[in-house]
Amino acid sequence: MFESSISTLAARLAAKDISSRELAQAWLDRIGALNPVINAFITVDADKTLAEAAAADAMRVAGTAGPLTGVPVAHKDIFCTEGWLTTCGSKMLHNFVAPYDAHVIQRFKAAGLPSLGKTNMDEFAMGSSNETSFYGAVKNPWDVARVPGGSSGGAAACVAARMAPAATGTDTGGSIRQPAAFTGITGLKPTYGLVSRYGMIAFASSLDQAGPMAKSAEDCALLLNVMTGFDPNDSTSLDRAKEDYTRDLDKPLAGVRVGLPREFFAAGLDGTVAAAVETAIGELKKLGAIPVDISLANSRLAIPVYYVLAPAEASSNLSRFDGVRYGHRATEYADLDDMYAKTRAQGFGAEVKRRILIGTYVLSHGYYDAYYVQAQKIRRLIADDFREAFKACDLILGPTTPGTAFRIGEISDDPVQMYLNDLYTIPANLAGLPGMSLPCGFDAQGLPIGLQLVGNYFDEARMLNVAHQYQRVTDWHTRRPEGLQ
Amino acid sequence: MKWETVIGLEVHTQLATQSKIFSGSSTAFGAAPNTQASAVDIALPGVLPVLNRGAVECAIRFGLAVGATLNRVNVFDRKNYFYPDLPKGYQISQLAKPIVEHGTLKIAVDDAEKTIRITRAHLEEDAGKSLHEDFHGMTGIDLNRAGTPLLEIVSEPDMRSSAEAVAYARALHTLVSWIGICDGNMQEGSFRVDGTRREIKNLNSFRFLQQAIDYEIRWQIETLEDGGRIQQATVLFDPDTGATRMMRSKEEAHDYRYFPDPDLLPVKLDESWIEAVRAALPELPAAMQARFQKDYGVSAYDATVLTGSRALAAYFEAAAQKSGQPKLAANWVMGELSAALNKAELDIAASPVSAAQLGALIVRIQDGTLSGKLAKQVFEGLWEGAGEVDAIIEARGLKQMSDSGELEAIVDAVLAANQKSVEEFRAGKDKAFNALVGQVMKASHGRANPAQVNELLKAKLQ
Repeated sequence: MFESSISTLAARLAAKDISSRELAQAWLDRIGALNPVINAFITVDADKTLAEAAAADAMRVAGTAGPLTGVPVAHKDIFCTEGWLTTCGSKMLHNFVAPYDAHVIQRFKAAGLPSLGKTNMDEFAMGSSNETSFYGAVKNPWDVARVPGGSSGGAAACVAARMAPAATGTDTGGSIRQPAAFTGITGLKPTYGLVSRYGMIAFASSLDQAGPMAKSAEDCALLLNVMTGFDPNDSTSLDRAKEDYTRDLDKPLAGVRVGLPREFFAAGLDGTVAAAVETAIGELKKLGAIPVDISLANSRLAIPVYYVLAPAEASSNLSRFDGVRYGHRATEYADLDDMYAKTRAQGFGAEVKRRILIGTYVLSHGYYDAYYVQAQKIRRLIADDFREAFKACDLILGPTTPGTAFRIGEISDDPVQMYLNDLYTIPANLAGLPGMSLPCGFDAQGLPIGLQLVGNYFDEARMLNVAHQYQRVTDWHTRRPEGLQ
Repeated sequence: MKWETVIGLEVHTQLATQSKIFSGSSTAFGAAPNTQASAVDIALPGVLPVLNRGAVECAIRFGLAVGATLNRVNVFDRKNYFYPDLPKGYQISQLAKPIVEHGTLKIAVDDAEKTIRITRAHLEEDAGKSLHEDFHGMTGIDLNRAGTPLLEIVSEPDMRSSAEAVAYARALHTLVSWIGICDGNMQEGSFRVDGTRREIKNLNSFRFLQQAIDYEIRWQIETLEDGGRIQQATVLFDPDTGATRMMRSKEEAHDYRYFPDPDLLPVKLDESWIEAVRAALPELPAAMQARFQKDYGVSAYDATVLTGSRALAAYFEAAAQKSGQPKLAANWVMGELSAALNKAELDIAASPVSAAQLGALIVRIQDGTLSGKLAKQVFEGLWEGAGEVDAIIEARGLKQMSDSGELEAIVDAVLAANQKSVEEFRAGKDKAFNALVGQVMKASHGRANPAQVNELLKAKLQ
């Protein structure tokens, strides 16, 4: 059962072969057994989960069930969930019980998908290893001495360890795709504006986007159908006709032009990863895809641009955590300024502080033009590169990350090395394009390797089509970590 | 040395929208603390702002009313600073691309007209309130006001006296109420005036504005003449002392780290929207003043007074048309009626005497039924709700005496009873004549027509 696809689980629920309550209980038991090792969940609340599962069963009896009603999923602890502790991986919100549901959560609830709990993450989604969480590092199920990636590390690890059929994640610079690559699962970041950000605790508003993380492209397509949709509460939400993201899964790939950016296969890329990606390109060629050489020249500037813009927005977004209305507040302080200083010094971890400092600096009087404005201009150039590239190809393909999962603690003292993990994923965020990662092999240590696809705006269906066709002829996505029973 | 006073004003106008600028919460004043603050207003994690279209429309209306440029694309920025009543840790405002720029407003001081340039007007959200009293060493935070839409209107430093500054503030106050974008209530903070450069805060009445400016002018001149320098600063006006005191100097000023708010898209104003707003604008005060002068022959000053509010102007026009005597109507509206309203602390809209009634009263003055004095008595009757004009005249016997026989009898009786005055008059004492007129008026209980009395007395005494 833990290997079942979402559509298989849905079919069994529809056939009344199993109830949502039974499903939820089975997954809860597995979470109970594995979470002490993996640390993928911050909050598990069996009563709430089973109540939601019972509600899903009631929907089925009442005849109001949708296609996925009753399939349990795990939610990243960045989404506000009414009545649930919502920490964003931070001491700052260690006591924050959200009084409302994020739009994404509302959509899952309306579709009748019970929540298995809240998954661990880098603090305020700032990190690529899940080591910055106030709730401790998440372990990679393929090797518990290694990181699962981040910031959606708990979500990735729980899907890889089969502690949940699927999970939600968010991606600001690669936070869905990089952990998906490190844990051998499939994850998708939609076009910016497709999934509402309402109730998703903001890191960098112009880059943040939620998406599904699951075992396959097909599962991701089904979950994307649930997650997307216009939300009047988010001004950046796009008012578009509802799509069925599964519609093109079975289309043949003959004639699909796959762009290979030279810059993504250059120095810095691990040889094993490069070889796995080359093999995947070979598989796609066999399916009729046509490789096209393209260039994304300005993407080499993506990391510096990102580390100006994302901290700038974050420094402002995180100002609300001041100890006045909710969350952590220092117990002893001399005056108002001291209360702010102590609260924030105690409540935020080192990486969050680093980014607030960078962001505050680049927005300061006298530096704004040199950093923020300049970075916005380069952001435009990066997006223009993609626009140009999509004239020559239908889809862009490359490695998700330069290497495979590293050891816990290995680079946690070297922020720049850590930031380089997102070298290939950040350009899609800066351009607002959809991207996904799917497994395409293993390195010598048996660690998963991720293949990244980047689609044109709103071209999720085509991206999912290519990924699904690839997964029909390969079995990387069905591999699971051994030693976890 | 001769000094020139240079004044510019920033006015915060609270827009009269039903809901807040970025949330659906009510903007009503006076509710219990924190009962009108939603998840968005208290800045819970994850919430997002959604722009209130009504607030944008208010700004468009203002821009059109001051002949300004409406920026077809304007942008909201974040102004970052920490304060307990600023829940997000930033205020959403407009810095680089405000919605309104380059407008003008005409003012009149001592019959001299002057045009004040409006640099810009931008939309922003208000903060909450910090309450320091009643909390024993702690601070209470009320976030009901947080997110209330404001239009900050910034003038060029075009004013040269406190009188001009007050005239500008009054003209602006009239205009924003006139076009229905602000209720104009200064006590509730709907209309707040600050100075620029030396930024003077807490000016919540026109009198305080004048006092504070006059104080600053004296203080700055004295400081300069004593060899001192004027520091750029924010000062607070204290109504009890009539003086200003330092809040913070420019050196302590915040670096607000403005940047475009990524949660909000640039605001785009399409032409059809602007044209629809323009079509719905009422006749503006300046146009109406010109029309009143031309059509009703009132003076420039009277026209300004009569357009003090839309309700007042409408009242005057109705009374002028009903009576066919615009000048008389103007005098009554600005004189008797305004005095009575002020005394009773009533707004024109709540006047117990309607424009139609005042018009009917003026008709009775014009046709000789009432003298000015009798008319005032009828006005009192109207004010008390004693009925319509003619009924009051009838019931109270206030009709001017038109029967010359009746009057002649009274005159004869008065002359007979006041032989002494008659003799004095004949001896050349003009004063005695006035005494006789007074006696006749008294005997007629004020109903005699004074002109007729004069005529008759003169004839009898010849």
